[in-house]
Amino acid sequence: MTDFINALIVLANFILVPALTYGSQLALGALGVTLVYGVLRFSNFAHGEMMAFGTMITIFGTWGLQALGVSIAPLPTALLALPLGIAGAVALSLILDKTVYKYHRQRKASPVIFLIVSIGLMFFIGGLVRFIIGPGDQIFFDGTRFIFSARDFKRATGLDEGLALKMTQAVTIITAIIVVAAMFWFLNKTRTGKSMRAFSDNENLALLSGINPDRVVMITWILVGALATIAGTLYGLDKSFKPFSFMQLLLPIFAAAIVGGVGNPLGAIAGGYVIAFSEIAVTFAYKKVVTYLGPDSFQPDSLVQLLGTDYKIAVSFIILVIVLIVRPTGIFSGKTL
Amino acid sequence: MNQTFFNQYRTPILYSVMALLLVIVGVGQGWSVAFTILNLCLISAIMSLGVNMQWGYAGLFNVGVMGFAALGGLAAVLVSMPPVEEARAAGGQGILVGLLILIATIFVSILAWKQFGAKSKKTGYWMLFVIIAVGYALMRLFFLPSVEAIEAVNPSVTGYLGGLGLPIILSWPVGMVFAAGAAYVIGKVALGLRSDYLAIATLGISEIVLYFIKNEEWLTRGVKNVNGLPRPVPYEVDLQQATWFQQFAADWGMEVAEASSLFVKVCYAGLFIVVIAILMYLSETALKSPWGRMMRAIRDNEVAAAAMGKDVVKRHLTIFVIGSAVIGLAGAMLTTLDGQFTPVGYQPLRFTFLIWVMVIIGGSGNNWGAVLGGFFIWFFWIEAEPIGLWLVDTLTSFMEPTHWLRLHLMDSAAHMRLMTVGIVLLIALRYAPEGLIPERTARKH
Amino acid sequence: MTGGYGAADILKECTIGVDRGEIAVIVGPNGAGKSTAMKATFGMLPLREGQVMFDGEDITHLKPEERVVKGMGFVPQTHNVFTSMTVEENLEMGAFIREDDISDSIEQVYELFPILKEKRRQPAGELSGGQRQQVAVGRAMMTQPKVLLLDEPTAGVSPIVMDELFDRIIEIARTGVAILMVEQNAKQALEIADKGYVLVQGSNRFTDTGEALLANPDVRRSFLGG
Repeated sequence: MTDFINALIVLANFILVPALTYGSQLALGALGVTLVYGVLRFSNFAHGEMMAFGTMITIFGTWGLQALGVSIAPLPTALLALPLGIAGAVALSLILDKTVYKYHRQRKASPVIFLIVSIGLMFFIGGLVRFIIGPGDQIFFDGTRFIFSARDFKRATGLDEGLALKMTQAVTIITAIIVVAAMFWFLNKTRTGKSMRAFSDNENLALLSGINPDRVVMITWILVGALATIAGTLYGLDKSFKPFSFMQLLLPIFAAAIVGGVGNPLGAIAGGYVIAFSEIAVTFAYKKVVTYLGPDSFQPDSLVQLLGTDYKIAVSFIILVIVLIVRPTGIFSGKTL
Repeated sequence: MNQTFFNQYRTPILYSVMALLLVIVGVGQGWSVAFTILNLCLISAIMSLGVNMQWGYAGLFNVGVMGFAALGGLAAVLVSMPPVEEARAAGGQGILVGLLILIATIFVSILAWKQFGAKSKKTGYWMLFVIIAVGYALMRLFFLPSVEAIEAVNPSVTGYLGGLGLPIILSWPVGMVFAAGAAYVIGKVALGLRSDYLAIATLGISEIVLYFIKNEEWLTRGVKNVNGLPRPVPYEVDLQQATWFQQFAADWGMEVAEASSLFVKVCYAGLFIVVIAILMYLSETALKSPWGRMMRAIRDNEVAAAAMGKDVVKRHLTIFVIGSAVIGLAGAMLTTLDGQFTPVGYQPLRFTFLIWVMVIIGGSGNNWGAVLGGFFIWFFWIEAEPIGLWLVDTLTSFMEPTHWLRLHLMDSAAHMRLMTVGIVLLIALRYAPEGLIPERTARKH
Repeated sequence: MTGGYGAADILKECTIGVDRGEIAVIVGPNGAGKSTAMKATFGMLPLREGQVMFDGEDITHLKPEERVVKGMGFVPQTHNVFTSMTVEENLEMGAFIREDDISDSIEQVYELFPILKEKRRQPAGELSGGQRQQVAVGRAMMTQPKVLLLDEPTAGVSPIVMDELFDRIIEIARTGVAILMVEQNAKQALEIADKGYVLVQGSNRFTDTGEALLANPDVRRSFLGG
């Protein structure tokens, strides 16, 4: 029996908690991609870099607050600086929309042109971020490291295996819940949110109903900027901030959005967790779990790992391909914003 | 008057400008530099031709250019490197059995799907799941020990299976086949769905190809690189010792060492020009043929083309595979030119993006434009670094040499290149979406 | 009104009009420009000549959205509901330009179409064709329009549903709304019409009361199938 519980604890410690954290980060990122797709109707390749940009501004805010001696310990100071980062990302999004996207929108350019434009912007924003903060690693986490560590857990329960919960993990999961709840409240309960859904559902009818398209687009960018910054900051707190890693997040984020059905916020969130859980579960070495669960003398020689950790990214791709083959409209098809 | 003259002779004028730029570099920075740039320009131009087939002819957006190029590079290694007999003895059989199991798994999956999937999708999916799981486990059973054995063979020099030891030129068509195969699979999955799914799927496949060649050391040596690939052209050392060449260098009034390095580069350039000429001939002929007209008709109005009974998805698959094959060819050529295979050198998005900018700046839909774009963009990509540094240096010359802003700007000049290319693309899409040499279409009044 | 898409004029000096509480129906063969006339009235098509008058005011140069504010409601033939939104949300979106309390208007629509009240929490995309049309008309009613334009409201619904829809449309007209509609089912539509316009090649061929047109042998022979 203890063996069984120990096995469960290993799974919780190495799969459940990290996947919930990573899944929350992906879900918030995919939510941003899905919003752009739902309203502006293109796949936004610049989203990863926008996450990096918002995070960068948050980091500057954090450093400023730290220099002033402001602290909300045990929580990381970065949470306090988030509004600044959001403001920065929103401002940049709106400026780029005015100067770049608007022109193509007025000409009713095809989605693939928007996609190429967004790739151009991706390199522009990426260059901007690397120019301002440099390509290197930045660690901006402060506050308490663990809510409870593996040792605390072992001591409290008397088990052989420990379960740790890092502050960043708890902060990520809780923030994600709050943001997602706020997002759904906005989309489903407010007039502005409903008008966004209406615009996404049927643009012409929305226009006939007197919904102002410019306003819808503006609100979309505001939400996207905010989501990008929050997702990026949570990721940066949990791992570390490195401009390049945000480029690497693009594929899992797109995969999450498509798995859930692009344009569908609920799907984006579910997709985020599906991708995160699969990535971590498939690349996890189950040796310990098998040892606990198997007969007493049994001990596997290999790591009992389905796929090397290096192939993490392949997992999101394989899921993406399966979804494209089996159900190209995504798991939650038929429902847009 | 001047405007019409320019428009009429647009192509020759722009190509002359390009040639002049290379000559300026030749005179200013040396001919060796000029030919290095030219060779890479030629390879860029071929990649750009491949992308142009997909985008310009058919409107397909491929974000995985570097993945296909890397497959070409892999072909160069597998074809040309001498086999490592010891490694083959150690693990060759296991790998072979693993591969056979892989093929058998795929084969059985397809059969099972045809048998059961047609009747009930649910049974079909479960069957597939079980077959793939069993096949995968069996494959790993044979693969893993063999991989370990192979990688243990003299890891600092080999540690991989090696190649077939054939002339490297043969790898060029093989690279095409590799890339075409990957493109076929991706195309089958993503074509016919929304246009951006292809973009995301190609991004995915290129990332995976790159992870694969970085990690599968038994095949590619991974991050340890494969060096010293055989060449299709003479080696400098041999040239320097040949009497005819010493005579030849003396006739031109050059140092033997310098002449030999230049000679090698000229040989490469000659080879590449032959390839590009053949490709240009084929693609121009294809574009003008009924097939090319049909492709463009499909691109301009998919719905109408489908209504006329054209199988749009199938045509798209054809052109996607052909275009990717051309990119694979360029990839094999690039590795041949480098003489080494460095998996970490392929940056999936950055260089893909560069190729895209080549096509769009050059003129999508026009082969001459795509080639010119390849030349221009590569040229400025290479020259941007010295130009940028010089610019920053000049602009900040009034500051203290150790001023933080000056140092920061000097450090960042390298990142500014991609940013500049991004801005160039955005400007081009807005103000000159047709590119330098626009597609020739029937004149509209 | 004269106008059309691109170079060709689809409408040629065509005149249509409707008064408060009246139902006017535009009928005619395929390609006669019925829907085009409707779109021109609503400002979705630039006019080359002529004008659109509303309550004695020239609104020829107003955009469709601005006409909604003025008191025009339009129900397109297809894609006329927000499929992913609930019935009630559809109605709310119909009233988007209104700043005042809309609950009374929603109640009015529910009185008119009781089935919608039952299905208020259901996404409109899950409703049947006839119910969807009710949602579409209800959505347009939410701005409390003075004139309601309906583009083939009965397209693709069964005859029974069609009769019911026409009954509702009469009820709407009785509340003082002017109704202008384009119809394929000419016979039934003319039966409820106060005014009928028969369009052929973009021009008025016959204009009369619905009853008179139904009695007119020429109209019967050419357009109503005897």
